Amino acid sequence: MNTQTAVGRFGRFGGRYVPETLVPALMELEEAYAAARADPTFDAEVAQVLREFVGRPTTLTPARRLTEAWGGAHVWLKREDLAHTGAHKINNTVGQVLLARRMGKKRIIAETGAGQHGVATATACALFGLPCEVFMGALDVERQALNVFRMRALGAVVRPVESGSRTLKDAMNEAMRTWVSQVSDTHYVIGSAAGPHPYPTVVRDFQAIIGRELRTQAQAAFGKLPDAIVACVGGGSNAIGVLHPFIGDPSVRLIGVEAGGHGLDSGQHGASLTLGTEGVLHGSRSLVLQDADGQIQEAHSISAGLDYPGVGPELAHLAKTGRMEVRTATDDEALASFYEVARLEGILPALETSHAFARGRELARELGAGKYLVINCSGRGDKDVATISARGVPPAVGVKP
Amino acid sequence: MSGAIAKAFARAKARGEGALVAYGMAGDPDLPRSVDVFTAMVEGGADIVEVGVAFSDPIADGPVIQGAAERALKAGSTLKRVLDEVVPELHRRCPETPLVIMTYVNVIMAMGEERFAKLARERGVSGVILPDLPPEESGSLRATFDASGVDLIPLCAPTTPPARAEAIAKDARGFVYCVAVSGVTGMRAELPADLSQRLELVRKASPMPVVAGFGISTAEQAHTLSAHADGVVVGSALVRAAHAEGPQAARALCAEIKRGLKR
Ligand SMILES: Cc1ncc(COP(=O)(O)O)c(C=O)c1O
Repeated sequence: MNTQTAVGRFGRFGGRYVPETLVPALMELEEAYAAARADPTFDAEVAQVLREFVGRPTTLTPARRLTEAWGGAHVWLKREDLAHTGAHKINNTVGQVLLARRMGKKRIIAETGAGQHGVATATACALFGLPCEVFMGALDVERQALNVFRMRALGAVVRPVESGSRTLKDAMNEAMRTWVSQVSDTHYVIGSAAGPHPYPTVVRDFQAIIGRELRTQAQAAFGKLPDAIVACVGGGSNAIGVLHPFIGDPSVRLIGVEAGGHGLDSGQHGASLTLGTEGVLHGSRSLVLQDADGQIQEAHSISAGLDYPGVGPELAHLAKTGRMEVRTATDDEALASFYEVARLEGILPALETSHAFARGRELARELGAGKYLVINCSGRGDKDVATISARGVPPAVGVKP
Repeated sequence: MSGAIAKAFARAKARGEGALVAYGMAGDPDLPRSVDVFTAMVEGGADIVEVGVAFSDPIADGPVIQGAAERALKAGSTLKRVLDEVVPELHRRCPETPLVIMTYVNVIMAMGEERFAKLARERGVSGVILPDLPPEESGSLRATFDASGVDLIPLCAPTTPPARAEAIAKDARGFVYCVAVSGVTGMRAELPADLSQRLELVRKASPMPVVAGFGISTAEQAHTLSAHADGVVVGSALVRAAHAEGPQAARALCAEIKRGLKR
């Protein structure tokens, strides 16, 4: 189903609010992308890399012990954590780097929060032999040390960003500034379904492989479409990727879970769909966390990938029109879910993904027995073990200390 | 269009000079002292003053102006306070000098387009520059500004294809701001070799004056450019001077650039 209401617009949201210097590059990208989509060899090339290198399709796994523990709907997991590099981010970077190569671009820049998008970009660049520079908030450089190492090992240059909140939003500012200066030969791989047109569309299309696979897999696994699908929402790429192919299926409830941080009334969260107001950030009009004077507020989440005061315009549109339901999970709830999923299913979910799990329990109960709930596992938690273990590991179930 | 901007260019031209558009950050180091900086720029010879209103995420700005924006926000600068506490006082001290607000689109949206346009006009603002608002996105805002008599000044970039540059130039309000370098604000030792051709192209297409900005910091650069443009914008160099040494340094730098602008 098409949610685009005009070129680059999703209802009131979207657009292209960038310095004039970048407008021609965005137009060039839009044209090159349209040409690539019209060329079956491009699709075939992307599909081949996803199959041979990324390991797609990712599996759809029954979560039997969670289903039992939650006592409601059947819970199934779409396993983006099993994609190469450990998160859905690779779907988009493979597509964009191939597109950049097609456009004759000489180098790649990217921003990253949790580091997953940075790793995925560095990986695609290594695979196709392009130099890669990744901007990352200095705070995130500290809390995601493993991913910083992985990017460097893959040959990327990591640039810590010291301005502002020293997190994802500042990394994105810096990447945009750098792109303005090098726009003729550089492609900027944006990591979420955010940013100026055509990025929200490009990223969504590359991520929609998740939802398309899920449609086929759900039919095979339980003979119908899921009754509900839940995904965490940072900028929104894993959410739009898994949800988009179901927008036109009214029987499927679509649910996005945002970072509740220390709680919605603490002022420290990343809940831009829930509490954001209309504004312009990083080139698109969407829902953003801002004060009454239009200054962007710092987001907070225990998960670096959800620590962003904006959200992609298409999700803002889906939320405002009611097609997508929006909920939040706090840092503590996400942490508790991390252990619950680890101990019941043998999966360490990323802290981002743990937010989706945190709302899974009540969703499973709301839906009730006989219904099917799919949780999108956007990534694996290996990158978060330092953050999580620093808080002390609770004793294992059934083991007396 | 606002007569004040046209008059300022005409006055400079009559004196055989290119116009100096001087940028400063309102609220750096604090709101009252930034008025002193702006006033000093006018005393130094600035023909038009660009009043920067800080935004938390200034994607078109380099480190100098970014730093100034951070200081201004810490000092409590907001669009409302700039319109209440900086613009009227500056207008009172320098009644002849057109004032142009430079900020980002989110800051205007947060206040509300109409409320801003009305307040801006009442307080003596002649024009507005929004570096993240390309022509495709500017329709409604420009209509609102047109109705209030505030000029939405468009930007043209080195990457803008000629036909698009001509369209921007033809339809301009106030003046055309030609971004000199592919990049963010900040001083540059060298300007692109093809800049003069680009300026001539825009100048031919535009009924409005054309200025070059971004990267310009010396009298020599201003001199070279004034053969191809109606004026220059100087920003980072002034912000840095004012931050390091106060209003008198901004006054001296304006005077020096003005000497370069003599034809
Ligand atoms: C594992 C994982 N999930 C989710 C996200 C959030 O991004 P998005 O909302 O674009 O999927 C990230 C971002 O870094 C991530 O690494």
